[in-house]
Amino acid sequence: MTDVDHLALDAPLPALAAPGAAPARRHRLHIAVFLAPALLVYTAVMIVPLFDTLRLALYTRVDGVSAFVGLANFRALFGEPRWSEHLWSALGNNLVFFLIHMLLQNPIGVALAAMLSLPRLRGGAFYRTAFFLPTMLSFVIVGFTWKLILSPIWGVTPMLLGAVGLKGWFHPWLGQESSALITLALISVWQYVGIPMMLIYAALLGIPDEVVEAAELDGITGFSQFLKIKLPLIWPTIGICSILTFVGNFNAFDLIYTVQGALAGPNFSTDILGTFLFRTFFGNQLQLGDPNMGAAIATVMFAIILVGVSVYLFGIQRRMRRYQF
Amino acid sequence: MDRSRSSPLGRGLVHVALLAYTALCLAPVLLVVVNSFKSRRAIFAAPLTWPDASSFDLVGYRTVLGQGVFLNYFINSMIVTVGSIAAVLLFGAMAAFALSEYRFRLNTALGLFLALGIMVPIRLGTVSILQMMVAARLVDTHLGLILIYTAQGLPVAVFILSEFMQGVSKDLKDAGRIDGLGEYTIFFRLVLPLVRPALATVAVFTMVPIWNDLWFPLIVAPGEATRTVTLGAQSFIGQFVTNWNAVLAALTLAILPVLALYLAFSRQLIRGITAGAVK
Repeated sequence: MTDVDHLALDAPLPALAAPGAAPARRHRLHIAVFLAPALLVYTAVMIVPLFDTLRLALYTRVDGVSAFVGLANFRALFGEPRWSEHLWSALGNNLVFFLIHMLLQNPIGVALAAMLSLPRLRGGAFYRTAFFLPTMLSFVIVGFTWKLILSPIWGVTPMLLGAVGLKGWFHPWLGQESSALITLALISVWQYVGIPMMLIYAALLGIPDEVVEAAELDGITGFSQFLKIKLPLIWPTIGICSILTFVGNFNAFDLIYTVQGALAGPNFSTDILGTFLFRTFFGNQLQLGDPNMGAAIATVMFAIILVGVSVYLFGIQRRMRRYQF
Repeated sequence: MDRSRSSPLGRGLVHVALLAYTALCLAPVLLVVVNSFKSRRAIFAAPLTWPDASSFDLVGYRTVLGQGVFLNYFINSMIVTVGSIAAVLLFGAMAAFALSEYRFRLNTALGLFLALGIMVPIRLGTVSILQMMVAARLVDTHLGLILIYTAQGLPVAVFILSEFMQGVSKDLKDAGRIDGLGEYTIFFRLVLPLVRPALATVAVFTMVPIWNDLWFPLIVAPGEATRTVTLGAQSFIGQFVTNWNAVLAALTLAILPVLALYLAFSRQLIRGITAGAVK
């Protein structure tokens, strides 16, 4: 599941029916038939399990029998050191992971989009295709590819650094506690820059020529034109990119599992909520799987994502000025 | 006109920057693909050169394909992806038609109900989904994965498609009704062909996350018989981690179909993303 799933976040919610839509009474049966398959699959496989997972977080399994324990799982998760240490470390790592994305992904995306949207740029389609290519690859491919490239055994990176006289800078970044998480975040940014780049590029193309021409008549050109005229117009798009990144980062899993395994090594230094959930729920070399604790962690992730999306929808998106052309 | 934008020097610098970033995007992939065709010694001695007569070696591919399982993985991925896309397109288009064509009381409520699925990732329901799949004996089946991915893809599909269906001429549909066409004929014969471009966009959007997913195959269908390419590559590489020829060949085999599809559909995909964002 990539961020592409969440593109329609900005679509207006109510009133899906067109203004001239047909009245319903005559078509009641047809409406039911048309809606049934989608609603059935969506409700049964997505909505019910989502809420059932919240419910399971309130139970525990004793001798194979499910027993209601109220909030005990959450008390353990936040209160008992054997859980809470991992929870806080995963949460902290997840925040770092997200912050690195925010610091790099949007600015790089904006810079690339700004260059691509220059009028009469040659080779634009070629560049766009190339920039979006990593986004199409699976985390498994991306993870192993970078693991090989950064591997001290293969030595491609030291060789390249050596070519510019920086051989001493090389370290096995993925293997060191201090740098593994940052390295993984950079790999993830490398993979996903394509999405903000594409959305912002589209937003820049959507700015009418009259606005740009008016700015030029006032003598605002080049970089200051970008800062003063175009950037304010694309803030809403940057907001969408940020919330997509937020949701994506707080349920990320694949890349870290591929590169560092379920234990999110070295010494849990790359553990984020997704890997913590997987380990707890599914079990691993160190512990047996515990679906109910897994459900409790999923509930915490659910709450974090809900809070993030609400802050965006009600706090940020409403205050942003949108310009109608 | 604006001098800073048309100056040859400025233009040159822009191309330098864009080409540098292009290299950053393509070089890692190229490095893996090129080295997969080399002998083990050449991989380590000269990783940055093209294979030549002395270093060209297909031993990695012989190891991977000799396992005989990769073709199976591809077939599994194809079945799951094509099955899910078909279900998402058919069910999604039907629901979008109902929501955009008829005015009824629950219309807005259903829109909000579907919006929940756009914002909350289906992964958070995994604990319960696995229990359900176990109870329904759908673990290690294609159908189990198809159901999950259909549920995952439907909300966005309904939103995009209903937006397009609102654009279909009302006169056309009413003319059909006057000619005595039933609602189902109008949907399948009149509306669906007209929204074909939107269907293609939704198909590409739906396909990528399904083909690339590791989470659900790992949890719901880890068995050898139903393993997808993504999970298969993951476990294969984990197993052959010291055999560099095999690892590079397996990675290349996983990259190539995605690359081919991407180059074939990139125009469609990029147009889809930009169209959605401009709106």
